[in-house]
Amino acid sequence: MRVSLVIGAMLSAVFVSLAAVSLLWLPYDITVLDIAGRLHPPSASHWLGTDHFGRDMVAMLMAGARTSIAVALVAVGIGIVFGVPLGLVAAAYRGTWLDEAIMRGNDLVFAFPSLVIAILITAVFGASAVNAILAIGIFNIPVFARVARGGALPLWTLDYILAARVAGKGRARISAEHILPNIANLLIVQGTIQFSLGILAEAALSYVGLGAQPPMASWGRMLADAQTMIYTEPQLAILPGMAIVLMVLGLNLMGDGLRDALDPRLRKAGM
Amino acid sequence: MTQTLKMSVAAFALMASGAWAAQDSIIIGMQLEPPNLDPTGGAAAAIDEVTYANLFEGLTRFASDGAVVPGLAQSWSVSEDGLTWTFDLRPGVIFHDGTAMDSADVVFSLNRARAEDSTNAQKALFAGIADVSAPDASTVVITLDAPNGNFAFNMAWGDAVIVAPESVATNATQPVGTGPFRFVEWAKGDSVTLERFDAYWGAAPALTRATFKFISDPNAAFAAMMAGDVNAFPVFPAPETLANFDADPRFSVIVGSTEGETILAMNNANLTDVRVRKAISHAIDRQAIIDGAMFGYGTPIGTHFAPHNPDYVDLTGGSAHDPDMARALLAEAGATDLRLSMALPPPSYARRGGEIIASQLRAVGIATDITNMEWAQWLEQVFRGKDFDLTIVSHTEPADINIYARPDYYFQYDNAGFQALIETLGITADPDTRTTLLQDAQKMIAADYVNGYLFQLAKTGVADSRIEGLWQNAPTQANDLTGVSWRAGP
Repeated sequence: MRVSLVIGAMLSAVFVSLAAVSLLWLPYDITVLDIAGRLHPPSASHWLGTDHFGRDMVAMLMAGARTSIAVALVAVGIGIVFGVPLGLVAAAYRGTWLDEAIMRGNDLVFAFPSLVIAILITAVFGASAVNAILAIGIFNIPVFARVARGGALPLWTLDYILAARVAGKGRARISAEHILPNIANLLIVQGTIQFSLGILAEAALSYVGLGAQPPMASWGRMLADAQTMIYTEPQLAILPGMAIVLMVLGLNLMGDGLRDALDPRLRKAGM
Repeated sequence: MTQTLKMSVAAFALMASGAWAAQDSIIIGMQLEPPNLDPTGGAAAAIDEVTYANLFEGLTRFASDGAVVPGLAQSWSVSEDGLTWTFDLRPGVIFHDGTAMDSADVVFSLNRARAEDSTNAQKALFAGIADVSAPDASTVVITLDAPNGNFAFNMAWGDAVIVAPESVATNATQPVGTGPFRFVEWAKGDSVTLERFDAYWGAAPALTRATFKFISDPNAAFAAMMAGDVNAFPVFPAPETLANFDADPRFSVIVGSTEGETILAMNNANLTDVRVRKAISHAIDRQAIIDGAMFGYGTPIGTHFAPHNPDYVDLTGGSAHDPDMARALLAEAGATDLRLSMALPPPSYARRGGEIIASQLRAVGIATDITNMEWAQWLEQVFRGKDFDLTIVSHTEPADINIYARPDYYFQYDNAGFQALIETLGITADPDTRTTLLQDAQKMIAADYVNGYLFQLAKTGVADSRIEGLWQNAPTQANDLTGVSWRAGP
């Protein structure tokens, strides 16, 4: 059994279930500020204490997990929905002008530092969680397009694809019925990695004030708010910081583990 | 072992010499760097924080308690009709470039400030001047259009300092004034250095050298103070860390008052119904904002006036925290499902205060869309463009209640009665009548709920506990170093 996969999956599962629970129930309402009860140390009623506005840190971290995961999930979704078909088309028409156009377009997007462009997008269209999702999602498109094309190209030379073509199946149908299932493992691994990058990007955008806006909770904004109190109330910065680290670490370990588990060649060598 | 010992001895010697050298020089921390060093040509508070009373002086000046005291004019008199002010200049005053300061310089400075093409940020201070003349080298006679009881106060502003025609063109980068310190160097992005001007007319300051160091990041400011890289930070940017300094015997925390009325400004052109504005005022819990945003530093206010001013009226009771009343008022005004935009500039009183106010407004059923802005965007969109519903800002100019008489000012309060009142105030010299008028003005804007009046910004500074003579309060934006000295260390 792969240790990294187990640890990664467990860490990710903890945060995903915290986020899922937060959809239905939070220990405290984070939109209600209780100034008199601010900066309480951990206690039976507030397990991790309260922040500078008297909000419960457990509730804030749970709601922050929800924001991070929602943003990253939708951003990865955008990447898959737009990127994978682009990559499949490029592979199906490899060597043609269509392939060239798609892949050079990808290179163009890759040429820009993604976070800087994300900051530009949110600065121009206004800071909000939705714009952060779009900004992060756009940069997922070329990633998935490349992975899909790279995975699809060698498949097109295989005999069973040739057989399908001889049988009269069109390129689109072959891509959907034969290519896509065979590159799914690659996409899952890439999706996990992009997911963790999405969480980092959301935290970064929120940290500079361009992501989720108050009263929505966000790990990045919790860090930014706690920054000037790092000498007096270090736990306010450490807790969201740890949440980001553990979540991203978990997803990366899971991505690595999944790659090892799903790749048939590595599986043989590893066992 | 010996090596380590030698090194630590050397290090100790360095530290000791550093401490000794610090006795007659000071490093002052400031959050913002001034855009230039000419107080007559820029509105930025940081200009006055470096130059006021240090580099430049005016005819009169503010003392640390806000009183107007003689500056370059050793005395002045007003004619019976209140129209003619005669200033008697101090003899033997010379500029840092060695030229003498006489009545011609005063005439030049005032005429320049009130000229058509003047770039002075506070031209209103000079608006009532009809003529400036110099009968002899040490006398200046100023004739006004109408009596102005406030004229000596106007002349104490940093914008009204006396400059020399020879050096005025280069004052922005090479300031030449008459103050006790002269300009040495401006390392852009880092610091401005001044040194004692030995030919100063008054008592020589105890300090021989002063450096203003610009540190914008609150964490870096904290670290610089703790490490002793900065000796004093008169306006410390992070009130949340003051408790650390308070607990440390090496530092003293200086808490004073400023002229900064911090308000939740409402766009009166959008929020035309006084009941809605009243509801917003009653929805606000001032103490929660002071505690949550300023960590307890600040005095609640109920009108646009400084509580330390003798003419202040406490009107906080008229807009006490009362969510039920706010809800009732909103229902009465038919303003259900109110959704307002709230623009927040960078200071923590605005960013944190905004989150608290949004939560308090939510409690009475008003939704807010918060937009965090940098100052440039705030000035463009809110201050000039008037495109906002709510914003939080601190008005740091002294005695600035007259901004409510400007219908085109960003919160767009248009009340002919108030405008007439301020006009009467402008031509009233009698102190008792002025007090009555000022109190009426305060009551009028409070009764109209023009803005949500939050608190008077506190001046929270940190200094090495051996430093004496720093201003506790901020009657104007200044770091007057003339009376600052180091107490002999233990």
